Amino acid sequence: MPTASLEPSAETIAQEKIYRTMGLTEDEYAKVCKLLGRKPNYTETGLFSVMWSEHCSYKTSKPLLKKFPTSGGRVLQGPGEGAGIVDIGDKQAVVFKIESHNHPSAIEPYQGAATGVGGIIRDVFSMGARPVAILDSLRFGQLDNARVRYIFEEVVSGIAGYGNCIGIPTVGGELSFDPCYNGNPLVNAMCVGIMNHADIQVGQARGIGNTVMYVGASTGRDGINGATFASEEISDKSDEKRSAVQVGDPFMEKLLVEACLELTKHEALVGIQDMGAAGLVSSASEMAAKAGVGIHMNLDLIPQRETAMTPYEMMLSESQERMLIVIKKGSEEEIQAIFSRWGLHAVAVGTVIEEEVLRLEHKGEIVAEVPSDALASAPVRHMPSRVPETYTLNQTAPAWTPEIKNYPETIKRLLTQPSLAAKDWVTRQYDYMVQTNTVVAPGSDAAVVRVRGTNKGLALTTDCNAKYLALDPYVGGKIAVAEAARNIVCSGGIPLAITDCLNFGSPEKPEVFWEMEQSVSGMAEACKELETPVISGNVSLYNETDQEAIDPTPVVGMVGLVEDLDKVCTVAFKNAGDAIYLIGEAQAEFGGSALQILLDGKASGKVPALDLELEKARQSNVLQAIQSGLVSSAHDISEGGLATAIADSVFGTSFGCDLTLFGDPAVELFSETQSRYLVSVPKELTEKFETIVRDTVQIGIVTTSDELHIACDNESFTLNRPDLENDWRGVLSCIMSTEN
Amino acid sequence: MKTAVIVFPGSNCDQDMYYAIKDGLGEDVDYVWHAETSLDGYDAIMIPGGFSYGDYLRCGAIARFAGIMPAVIKAAEEGKPVLGVCNGFQILLEAGLLPGALLKNKNLKFICETVPLKTENNQTMFTSLYKEGEIIRIPIAHGEGNYYCDDETLAELKANHQIVFTYAGENPNGSRADIAGITNRNGNVLGMMPHPERAADAMLGNKDGLRLFQSILNHWRDSVHANCIS
Repeated sequence: MPTASLEPSAETIAQEKIYRTMGLTEDEYAKVCKLLGRKPNYTETGLFSVMWSEHCSYKTSKPLLKKFPTSGGRVLQGPGEGAGIVDIGDKQAVVFKIESHNHPSAIEPYQGAATGVGGIIRDVFSMGARPVAILDSLRFGQLDNARVRYIFEEVVSGIAGYGNCIGIPTVGGELSFDPCYNGNPLVNAMCVGIMNHADIQVGQARGIGNTVMYVGASTGRDGINGATFASEEISDKSDEKRSAVQVGDPFMEKLLVEACLELTKHEALVGIQDMGAAGLVSSASEMAAKAGVGIHMNLDLIPQRETAMTPYEMMLSESQERMLIVIKKGSEEEIQAIFSRWGLHAVAVGTVIEEEVLRLEHKGEIVAEVPSDALASAPVRHMPSRVPETYTLNQTAPAWTPEIKNYPETIKRLLTQPSLAAKDWVTRQYDYMVQTNTVVAPGSDAAVVRVRGTNKGLALTTDCNAKYLALDPYVGGKIAVAEAARNIVCSGGIPLAITDCLNFGSPEKPEVFWEMEQSVSGMAEACKELETPVISGNVSLYNETDQEAIDPTPVVGMVGLVEDLDKVCTVAFKNAGDAIYLIGEAQAEFGGSALQILLDGKASGKVPALDLELEKARQSNVLQAIQSGLVSSAHDISEGGLATAIADSVFGTSFGCDLTLFGDPAVELFSETQSRYLVSVPKELTEKFETIVRDTVQIGIVTTSDELHIACDNESFTLNRPDLENDWRGVLSCIMSTEN
Repeated sequence: MKTAVIVFPGSNCDQDMYYAIKDGLGEDVDYVWHAETSLDGYDAIMIPGGFSYGDYLRCGAIARFAGIMPAVIKAAEEGKPVLGVCNGFQILLEAGLLPGALLKNKNLKFICETVPLKTENNQTMFTSLYKEGEIIRIPIAHGEGNYYCDDETLAELKANHQIVFTYAGENPNGSRADIAGITNRNGNVLGMMPHPERAADAMLGNKDGLRLFQSILNHWRDSVHANCIS
């Protein structure tokens, strides 16, 4: 074994502390030695280092994640499997999960983003579901930085390249820009699938003597140690880790989806799991551990696309488009026939054994033998937390009040901030229509995808206003969940459940860990109150560049059920003459608002308060009004306040509006007070509407004009829709067409 | 009318085409696997969009060698309607059933949006239910839809009224003479970049593409009727 012989011995690993460069701490290494009753060899050290990395083990975040509600009437599968599953009636279910690919995207943005999409799709179809939608929550630095523009452009291309080819519509997501993401973009991809209850699969290796098969693409040396890399901060040296980024092949994955969906209908299938982060080692050890069994695997049989691969390389490779399946013994040929029809490998590589170990054989020798549950249960780390000084300062700071001289100009400046500008430059690159189920395309509060064969739909959104979390992670965490639910409600959907992608800096910093604790507490409270349990998720830590952490960014991906597609609602005004209503009263709440960032350059002070009881009551009223067919358009009031909500409602239409507001115009137009909506109602239905939604006031009417007339106390001005819309639509394409 | 939707590895609009015919048109339709060799018994052949064989080498270049292709060519020669959409258009070009080639979009990016098309020729089996010059709205979704041909071919296309659809608004991909779809000389093979199957369902807010399928059905009914009389 020429290559293997270059590997350091167990003794050398211990003496020279090589385990530390592989990512294990002193304590963790000692624990490994204790578990094995001996020192681990090189391959075994590799298995533990990757399985006990933060990315695979959630060792730091686990104690926090326990706060989340994870069950509820409709939940069929909570966290712990490839993706969570929620009942949508008629013996059908929705399957979804969100995952980060931040670190790879910072180094190799096209492949980083593409394989992020590929990975999350596998998580969904491994449950037995056909993937029906992708959403992407993206955050980048400032676009005046050429490197940021390059990363932004390539990430979008990578998502488009993968999603378009595989034929799953990319229907929504988020896009925002902030200097805190200059060196560390956030690329979070969510996949949603639909399935019949009868086809639900699990990633378990049950049945002693059953056969373990490897299906999909061959194993190469790409992505080795990717999970460990994802558990470190990004630095100058990160570029050297480019080889830890995997390369995607969406065509291969398209074949894999079709073959695996055929497989899930086959009675011989026992368990199936994606080879995602930490590749073969995670899929094999997790499937064995969950079933309380072991797996004996012969590595000589693993399909390899490079020569002389060592056991270490094979086990830790993150080559894409691979799955591990367990099937009933004796059915190998039938299973192979399914895969060969699609031109794919399906190779028997191992057996389920009684002894609870992962035993690896290579060239006639046992090269590793470790308890299966040991790999899957990293020691939990309890980190100290400390309240950051900035938090205390912001809580006690005097309230910020804006000074606005020119209202039309301020509205225009707000709408042309890259984070608030039209996203067409991005969404135009995504095939959002393939599968012909996209009822509401990108650009509304939530996308809506039809459940084919029914009159039902799924409302889908991702949300997180990280500026609120930077000031107050607890309230900001609550708002992230509440805003997602508002978006679902505005589309006519009943909020069902969430998946979350918790993006933070280094948990080793007590201030960052405090942010994690607070965010999770806030989110958990909102999830309980709004009855939207957490059914799956992902944690991405060490999002830092040169010691600077990103703003806490726990992204909420929410799915809602639209029971009657004829009652789907969007943000755009529909008819001239409709009455425009504002639901909820604005307070002078500007902390973390888009207006504050525009005028002051930074967020400060207290974030808008959120009363969850009021939030829930309003959501229920608004949803009832929409479901009763009383509402023409609905939009939640979020970033930028009422001013941007109005603009969103007229853009893309041929309408204008006449509005009269009462109170301080700055507060009325730009405050980000929570739990508020802008809706339009046909005039013959206003009475009925007002009996359902009580805390509302009519502020104007939809007109056929190109103009928006807005009067508020002593301010009165007119905006020209075509001009404003033109500016708003042109922002990103204008920035992205600048060279260098 | 019985329609075949050809499925290549990597086809991803096969289901959309299937449902447009089954639900939109209400006619019989089957998926036909690329390795099959016969299309006997089918009245119309659809080559759907997607990324056949990953679009590796060149879009459509590998699909053209699939086992089913001789049967597609035979159906075209027999005068049956053959429709290739997006990747299907690319395959028809590679197979030599239509002239010209498709290049990368001029902005080098994938473009997905609904665009206005002008019906340049309504005297075909695919367009008889559109008015001449009618502007319809049909989605596009492609990275390589920039139709190119030499001057001589373009002159022939024009002279023979083979240009069926052109982009009526801003040309999204840089195609020659704003071409969005062309037929062969006989008029029974249509290749187009826009996706009529994505505009065949009221729930999705656009039925402009359904009339293309209804035109094919009308043509088939007329030909069956003519055969019965003779």
